[in-house]
Amino acid sequence: MGNNVLIDIKDVKKHFPLSKSWFEEKQYVKAVDGISFSINQGETFGLVGESGCGKSTTGRLINGLIKSDTGEVIFNGKDLASLSEKQWKAYRKKMQMIFQDPYASLSPRMKVKDILMEPLTIHFPRMSKQEKIETVKNLLDKCGISEFHLNKYPHEFSGGQRQRISIARALILQPELIIADEAVSALDVSIQSQILNLMKNLQKEFNLTYLFISHDLSVVEHISDRVGVMYLGNLIEVASKQSIFKDPKHPYTKSLLASIPQPDPSVKRERISLKGEIPSPSNPPTGCKFHTRCPLAMDVCKEKVPIMQKLNENQQVACHLY
Amino acid sequence: MGSLLQVNNLKTGFHTEDGMQTVITGIDFEVNHGEIVGLVGESGSGKSVTSLSIMQLLHDTPGEIIDGEIIYKGEDLLKLSEKKMRQYRGNELSMIFQEPMTSLNPVMKIGKQIIETISLHLNMSGQKAKQHAVSMLESVGIPRAKDIMNEYPHQLSGGMRQRVMIAMQISCNPSLLIADEPTTALDVTIQAQILDLLKDIQEKTNMGILMITHDLGVVAEICDRVIVMYAGRIVEQATVKEIFNNPKHPYTKGLIDSIPKIGAGLDELYSIPGAVPSPKNMPKGCKFAPRCEHVMDICNLEEPALAMENGRSSRCWLTQEQSQQEGVVGHGQ
Repeated sequence: MGNNVLIDIKDVKKHFPLSKSWFEEKQYVKAVDGISFSINQGETFGLVGESGCGKSTTGRLINGLIKSDTGEVIFNGKDLASLSEKQWKAYRKKMQMIFQDPYASLSPRMKVKDILMEPLTIHFPRMSKQEKIETVKNLLDKCGISEFHLNKYPHEFSGGQRQRISIARALILQPELIIADEAVSALDVSIQSQILNLMKNLQKEFNLTYLFISHDLSVVEHISDRVGVMYLGNLIEVASKQSIFKDPKHPYTKSLLASIPQPDPSVKRERISLKGEIPSPSNPPTGCKFHTRCPLAMDVCKEKVPIMQKLNENQQVACHLY
Repeated sequence: MGSLLQVNNLKTGFHTEDGMQTVITGIDFEVNHGEIVGLVGESGSGKSVTSLSIMQLLHDTPGEIIDGEIIYKGEDLLKLSEKKMRQYRGNELSMIFQEPMTSLNPVMKIGKQIIETISLHLNMSGQKAKQHAVSMLESVGIPRAKDIMNEYPHQLSGGMRQRVMIAMQISCNPSLLIADEPTTALDVTIQAQILDLLKDIQEKTNMGILMITHDLGVVAEICDRVIVMYAGRIVEQATVKEIFNNPKHPYTKGLIDSIPKIGAGLDELYSIPGAVPSPKNMPKGCKFAPRCEHVMDICNLEEPALAMENGRSSRCWLTQEQSQQEGVVGHGQ
């Protein structure tokens, strides 16, 4: 695992306008409100947070499905915001996405082989049909789907098999970065573990970099090297997996970890479960956005936005306590 | 403690193009007063159909109860008239569903929805019913309960809606609460709040809860006893400690081992090969045999019975042979 930065995100913002009449003051949902982080080549970066914290929007900003308002997304040294639509095509090939719902993300009217051949047809127009079929067969085999299924439609597969097909579709163009947005959340545990193992093996084989977006902290702990925690559009803590799970710094990270039900009846969860709910991103609290729910909130938290600071080699946190 | 609900040999089937397809194949279990029983299994194992069968809410599905008894407080619910059953639902037994947005009426104010239940079952009216509704909302930790009475479900967050659901379901003080994946759609911090709330209510009222979930973390946290279902059958039944410390059935063990555990530092997770069989293609013998790593000849030929031993039961030839031959067959890994 090298320390080459593959993707570097600098102060990216995305505010979605709320539709209001022309005369009223415009309101925005601050989905992503200035975040910065980087992912190294061959690494898995886990992005966690509650619903509405902006983790999916972040994923989409990186691969250009949504354009950011401000900030830079630098992929392999190239600022993606400066690219024209035409130039984007070459970069789309290098970053692919796996979505949550394998029932909705595969076209129900296309055969498996057509689903997988379509990206090849678009990006390698000179490839012969025979070559394409061979590539598809090879990759499907690596993803655990036998070539016997090539002519089937998605509805003939189970959820786990569909997710394998989605993974194969993401890998067919030999991307460098895979953005997996809740890729295993819709699956049963026994299938979830199969898919997680598959993703880990494929990562080794193809030297892939993952941005793994999930609300499930145990899954993130299993697969990630580094983890970022988001709250209301901001990153509040970024650290190596070891640091964040053994020694979380931000009070929000602490309470998130304490909320996970442990599959072990002898462990009693401490009841520091967070009070209240995540505030609306269209009208976030002033200062530190977490101060309304924070058990350790001080006066300064209501006024001043905490800046991300480096605690040590492995850990960064945005909190006035440090 | 005494038996509150006893399900005997319950069989439920679905009408399909190929005739009647049995999806629950004769299950037996009980829920006692003041006990939280977890019903776990993967999608398609029949846990939700079991809960709908108990509530007799299968009208809107192609499902039908074929056989069995559902004894609630000594009375067979399956023999009751629909009119009588309606008096029981919401009053004696009530149910919380997974998705609080789809199970609340979107065009009816929250207060009105709760009062509807209360006035139907508790013979309260007007101001009294309203007061009871507000106090129920307060008891589940809803701030500004009086204002919320006049709001619509879409104005609330997911966690708040689930609290409203719970308030509504416990408003008539039922003895049995069936909770079908009540926290699955919620964030982990909200899930922790709702689990704490359910536990508190259960301790206060001594009601029995049948908790249907696929999340073994939730089971470990809140349940006293666990029933594991696979392909429409019960494959193991034991106390929560026994299930996690010493699972007898290879499926239960596989499920527990499949969960990523924080701090375990494993490179590869355990995974059960294959997938749940479809009702059309059920294996002949043990339904888990094609995925089982301990499979023996007999497993493919004959389905083992749910054998009871020391108060816990398991449907597996391994444990049954073991008990017959005094440990000659190892339960090795």
